[in-house]
Amino acid sequence: MKNSNKIKRRVFIKVVGLSGGGLFLASYVPLQNLLANTGDDPKIFAPNVFLKIDSNGIVTIIVHRSEMGQGVKTALPMLVAEELEVDWDKIVIEQADVDAKYGSQTTGGSTSIRRSWEPLRVAGATARVMLITAAASHWNVSSDNCYAENGFVINKLNNEKLSYGELVDEASKLSIPTDVKLKDPKDFKIIGKRIHRVDTPDKIYGKAKFGIDVVIPGMFYAAVSRCPSFGGSVKSYDAAKAKNISGFRTVVQISSGVAVVADSTWRAFNGRDALNIQWDLGPNAKINSDDIHNKLVNKSKADGYEFESRGDINKNIEEEKILDAVYEVPFITHAPMEPMNCVAEFKDGKAELWAPTQNPQNARSEVAKALGISEVDVTVHVTLMGGGFGRRLVSDFAVEAAEISKAIKKPVKLTWTRQEDMKFGWYRPPSLHVLKGAIDAEGKAMKFSHHIIAPSITQFRFAPDLPPKDYDIKEGTVGLEYQIPNMRIAGSIIKTPIPISWLRSVYNTQNPFAIESFIDELAFAANTDPVEFRMKMLPDDSRLKNVLKVLAEKSGWGIGKILPKGRGRGVALFKGYDSFCAQVHEVTISGNKIKVDRVVAVIDCGIVVNPDLVEAQMEGAIVFGLSAALKGEITIKNGGVEQSNFDDYEILTYNEMPEIEVHYVKNTLPVGGVGEVGVPPCAPAVCNAIFAATGKRIRKLPIRLDS
Amino acid sequence: MPKYTLTVNEKKQTVDVDAGTPLLWVLRDNLGLTGTKYSCGEGICGNCTIHVNGKAERSCVINVEDAVGSSITTIEGLAEKHDHPIFKTWIELEVSQCGYCQPGQIMTLAALLEQNPKPSRKEIDDALNSVLCRCGTYQRIRNAVDKLVEEGQ
Repeated sequence: MKNSNKIKRRVFIKVVGLSGGGLFLASYVPLQNLLANTGDDPKIFAPNVFLKIDSNGIVTIIVHRSEMGQGVKTALPMLVAEELEVDWDKIVIEQADVDAKYGSQTTGGSTSIRRSWEPLRVAGATARVMLITAAASHWNVSSDNCYAENGFVINKLNNEKLSYGELVDEASKLSIPTDVKLKDPKDFKIIGKRIHRVDTPDKIYGKAKFGIDVVIPGMFYAAVSRCPSFGGSVKSYDAAKAKNISGFRTVVQISSGVAVVADSTWRAFNGRDALNIQWDLGPNAKINSDDIHNKLVNKSKADGYEFESRGDINKNIEEEKILDAVYEVPFITHAPMEPMNCVAEFKDGKAELWAPTQNPQNARSEVAKALGISEVDVTVHVTLMGGGFGRRLVSDFAVEAAEISKAIKKPVKLTWTRQEDMKFGWYRPPSLHVLKGAIDAEGKAMKFSHHIIAPSITQFRFAPDLPPKDYDIKEGTVGLEYQIPNMRIAGSIIKTPIPISWLRSVYNTQNPFAIESFIDELAFAANTDPVEFRMKMLPDDSRLKNVLKVLAEKSGWGIGKILPKGRGRGVALFKGYDSFCAQVHEVTISGNKIKVDRVVAVIDCGIVVNPDLVEAQMEGAIVFGLSAALKGEITIKNGGVEQSNFDDYEILTYNEMPEIEVHYVKNTLPVGGVGEVGVPPCAPAVCNAIFAATGKRIRKLPIRLDS
Repeated sequence: MPKYTLTVNEKKQTVDVDAGTPLLWVLRDNLGLTGTKYSCGEGICGNCTIHVNGKAERSCVINVEDAVGSSITTIEGLAEKHDHPIFKTWIELEVSQCGYCQPGQIMTLAALLEQNPKPSRKEIDDALNSVLCRCGTYQRIRNAVDKLVEEGQ
């Protein structure tokens, strides 16, 4: 490596491979006047893109994923800090802008910690090793005689110390090692601790800036009117009335509709409402929920494409008891508390965005495409977001803001109303599930067949000719751990014009509902306890079986087996995202009213990076799952969504909150995902509990006891 | 254009806005007090809760002209000294997830505890039931409320 010390005020960039896989950019960036008050010329040691240490000793850790409540702004730096050996209370945490150098910045699929587990620890360890090497060379001792702790390298021979800041210059001259050793989990000081979230105080003091709070100089405010039926377009519009709204600035047509620009959010809303637009309602203006339901039913008559099979599902078994059931799940929506919004400034052929996005790299490419500019000319600053749940993986709001800014040649903040959030979402697709099963005379499950029929997100959004082997709808249907000798798993897709996309745990919100409910049906037919029935079908070395064992114990399953009339408990299991989760839900039914009293959840997600964050994600996932199971339904009328706010699209409220207990399986296995794994067991567990309480089997969501 | 003088966080401020503008948008766009959050715009979700003369109210359904002469407190006002026991408890129990609804939760609770430091379970439920949280922090809110009530705050 060149002696960068000699070359001031220039930036070297060197690409090196690291053992963690992937490429890291190494840069030595001498910056002048970073600390203007000292007039110093602090140097920065940045052996990779995830951290930098300046010669004043300030350690900055860069977060390349989006914070939406799941706690990555705290958990990701914990990984770096653990290996870097720094004082947690002294680090500075910085949100990364969009940049390919970070690898994927997509915050979805419960991947942030899983995919960063190795590279971020390697990033921290690499810097630590280099700082130790620099100190050893300074003292002229072997590196083995030095160790790092709390932002210092210490010489074991004489207890001399050098701070990281003091070592920046020397460390920057070293070549970057490619085979650093990571810490043994037993030596972890930060990982595994209940470290407080770094952003809580600002959030509760009202100081935190979410996307909707961003203000930039000279900014206007915009609102967009979109066609009431999906796939429609603007025929013509008359903005005469809008122009009379005080503070009105201009009106522009963009790809998604007509935007009114004004000098405040409220006036933009009023201007938008005053538009008189003639819509071409397009080809879908007559589509209703029933049409989609009928499509699902029609497709269910065929066998579907076979994803997986074993044995012979059609073979007759002596004295078998055969069960058939059809399950159905509706469209639902994300409805994060912060509606969609984005600030954009298009200037001199370049776009700069401040976006509450889970997917800045997609926002950049979509904006570049829409504006006809190069991706390098699009900057995306990722803001805090008031919930995401997958909605902000789609970049429609960013494209709209950028288009408006380009048209008006001014910076602009676009804000969607709640009504628009409900009506112009990217919905979790509906699905139908045809299940067949059989138990033998001993009550053993012998056959299991599942045919899912649903629209495909991949087909809808990316691949019109998606081959059946790539159907995304199989997520959660295949690779079940249950040892049933004859199985068949199949799928069929239908096409609908309703926008669909990923929602927290995606097809795992549907398939496990059908599967785990039907397993319960089989257990009941076999006159066997549902936990015992599942235990018998799971291999002994299964982590899922272990999770179920722990759950049975922690929930007191089997104790007080006969609950009072109107009360019941149900169980459901799920594996996915490299994690395993089982839940027991307890319900009380009075008339048609369901109260979920208690939920006990057990999770095995390998090493737990921050127990508090894992618990919070489980609590949140359970509330999210229960909201969907008990209340969530988006219906379609005349090609558009009927619901418009939290009064007709309800979510769980404070008094409906069950008492939740979260338990872990402690181990040192690789880190699994946490954000989504708690959602799938909710619907089946609560429905199984309702069955236990009432004998009524719920096969259609949301749960309605009166139908 | 009409001008309105409002008393927000003990400061008198004059804004130039149209009659009928929801107080929420005056606070956010005109006064830069973005801690008060927009979410439903119809008084359903409680995320925009502020205090009007000490009472918890939804700022999205209060017209600016109706707020003249009242004492308005926003989350920024409550948090000015960071010393309200709610904040300490909220941090200690790590209540918040995305944090968006939390100003509304805290303002609702602060008004309740101000009026009645020892509210019953029902009074708490009645106050907090209609402040929606999509992240599902209700259990931690409940634990925080129980702790505050127990400590007589």
